[in-house]
Amino acid sequence: MLTISNLHARIEEKEILRGINLEIKPGEVHAIMGPNGSGKSTLASVLAGREDYEVTDGSVTFNGKDLLDLAPEKRAAEGIFLAFQYPVEIPGVTTINFLKTALNEIRKYNGQEPLDAAQFLKRMKEKAKLVKIDDALLKRSLNEGFSGGEKKRNEIFQMAMLEPSLGLLDETDSGLDIDALRIVAEGVNQLRDGKRSFVVVTHYQRLLDYIVPDFVHVLYKGRIVKSGTKELALELEEKGYDWIKNEVDALEVA
Amino acid sequence: MSSIENKDTSSLKAELIADFQLSQAKLNGKAALPIHQLRGEAMQNFDKLGFPTIRHEEWKYSNVSNLVKQTFDFHTKTDFNQADLDKIPLPHLTGNVLYFINGVYNAELSQITTAENKLKVIPFSEALAQQPELIEGYFGKYANYETDAFTALNTALANDGVVVQVADNKIVEEPIILRFISDVRLANIGSQPRNLIVVGKNSQVKIAEAYRTVGEGAAFVNTVTEIIVDESAMVDYYKVQSESDKSYHIGTTQVYQKGRSYFYAATATLNGGFVRNNLNVVLDGEHIESHLYGLYVPNGKQHVDNHTVVDHRKPNCESHELYKGILMDKSTGVFNGKIFVREDAQKTNAYQNCRNVVTSDEATMNTKPQLEIWADDVKCSHGTTTGQLNDEAIFYMQSRGIPKKEAIRLQLLAFAQDVVTQIKIDSIREYIEELILDKLQGA
Ligand SMILES: Nc1ncnc2c1ncn2[C@@H]1O[C@H](COP(=O)(O)OP(=O)(O)OP(=O)(O)O)[C@@H](O)[C@H]1O
Ligand SMILES: [Mg+2]
Repeated sequence: MLTISNLHARIEEKEILRGINLEIKPGEVHAIMGPNGSGKSTLASVLAGREDYEVTDGSVTFNGKDLLDLAPEKRAAEGIFLAFQYPVEIPGVTTINFLKTALNEIRKYNGQEPLDAAQFLKRMKEKAKLVKIDDALLKRSLNEGFSGGEKKRNEIFQMAMLEPSLGLLDETDSGLDIDALRIVAEGVNQLRDGKRSFVVVTHYQRLLDYIVPDFVHVLYKGRIVKSGTKELALELEEKGYDWIKNEVDALEVA
Repeated sequence: MSSIENKDTSSLKAELIADFQLSQAKLNGKAALPIHQLRGEAMQNFDKLGFPTIRHEEWKYSNVSNLVKQTFDFHTKTDFNQADLDKIPLPHLTGNVLYFINGVYNAELSQITTAENKLKVIPFSEALAQQPELIEGYFGKYANYETDAFTALNTALANDGVVVQVADNKIVEEPIILRFISDVRLANIGSQPRNLIVVGKNSQVKIAEAYRTVGEGAAFVNTVTEIIVDESAMVDYYKVQSESDKSYHIGTTQVYQKGRSYFYAATATLNGGFVRNNLNVVLDGEHIESHLYGLYVPNGKQHVDNHTVVDHRKPNCESHELYKGILMDKSTGVFNGKIFVREDAQKTNAYQNCRNVVTSDEATMNTKPQLEIWADDVKCSHGTTTGQLNDEAIFYMQSRGIPKKEAIRLQLLAFAQDVVTQIKIDSIREYIEELILDKLQGA
């Protein structure tokens, strides 16, 4: 479904991704972990098409298409969804109107008729239940004045509405209390249908207790320096990153 | 150094002076009436002042030199009719709707629905010719024809517009909508509408002025509206401008409020080559409330200048002002907001805010808040911001499938919304929403 080969990207003069290779098949959940500043959000942003980053080498194909060639909105329409680490506040645009526009743009791209008001409302009610998000919240300006947890829940709600085939969750667990963490994780799990894939960026094992990954990767200095199964996450939780850092840094010096 | 006065040798000035002399000759016996004396005085003032140049402090960023080089036809009759009206996209307007084509009242197109015991609506031309006593008490008493050249000119030469009188203790439910259309299909047209709106004690009324151009020629619209808001009266006043790139619009709205009255204004400038709006509000009583909103959305090479004056003369009043601008392409904008708090005006609350989004490197916005406060127990604040589009928000929207252009449009619409929602005449608000949508299509 998604194939990343030798991906290099930089911002301004700084090289941040330095040769990423990753293959994601339908239905898989990949966790990406790694110390602060290692490039996790950058990878997610580059996949979603943020313009600030310049891809200097490598390729990304998504369902056979050259992803890097597509504008962000086209990537979304092709089925990629990025849940932001820091969701943006958009004053004056309600979540409902925003989603109606987004959903119908995606449908248009895929040659589908727009949803009418009743269909949209029905879908919204259904999905709002999934992440226990309050109706009143959806009538307010998008993310404006939302608490950290509400913003994250709203991201998952939007993902549920847009039904992407690949969800990139960038630290969706940060800023959530215990209950919210469970709600969000259960929301994600309900969207797992054997075909939909996820990339879960996180620092904590606790999210992965709920969303059990098929693979765990460690990103450090712009490269995937270690990959394994869910046991790797447990090991990281226990030992931290230093042992990996040391391994990599020793190699670099050599 | 010689003074700036009397140096104006522009063709437009010469044309207007000749025009005035012609009109004087036609007055016959009426020349001695006070109103015509006043008009003569105004003309003398205009002659002395001439059109302002950019050396004039109030006109620093608004250059009328291209305007005054041209001449305009102020008198040609137009046969603009219902069929022509049907051809231009207009909102469905209900209530009292008065049409002025090239500044002249058109009774056939107009409708007055409110009963006469509540509301008198008379064309200014008719009042001037038949009932000068109706306007004598007010005309020229408020708008400054002494040092403002355009107001002087309008005071001297205005020949039509509307006189609205709302009796005491009346609630006028149906709005009064004044539509000014410049028909420039055959010639360059000049018009100088003059409106006088007198709202009686404890009465309520909503009024809108809407301006637009039809045709390819140039238009010069020099308009003055005087609004007198008597004690405890409430007036909503909206001005909607959608004129052509070849049009020049200079408009002054002079408002005089008495105690416990409420005045609420929104000025929406959607199109127009060169626009200068002066909105001057005098709060001359206690417990007055004034709200001034503005929205301007210039693109291309359009120029929009809003000058406002809020003059607090008495204690215990409050004023709120919010102007918002979206400037695209090579457009330019000016906001100059003066707040005066006179010595007497203790316990004044006065707030002013001007916020702008500039969507292109070539667009510019000049803002100048000016607070002059002589009283000591007051709460005043002002602020201006000029920023760019929020790229982070645009990327966020794109990442959800919304194309960039649409994302920009949504963001700008949301920005404009604060002002648009202030407009309480539904048809006018819908009209403005439509115009903004059209305009932002190209953003
Ligand atoms: N706009 C930018 N300008 C300059 N440097 C940037 C910019 N954005 C990110 N970086 C740098 O790129 C590096 C990787 O950042 P990134 O946000 O991808 O890290 P991360 O792995 O997501 O970290 P965290 O765990 O803290 O979220 C960091 O050193 C960061 O400072
Ligand atoms: Mg990050």
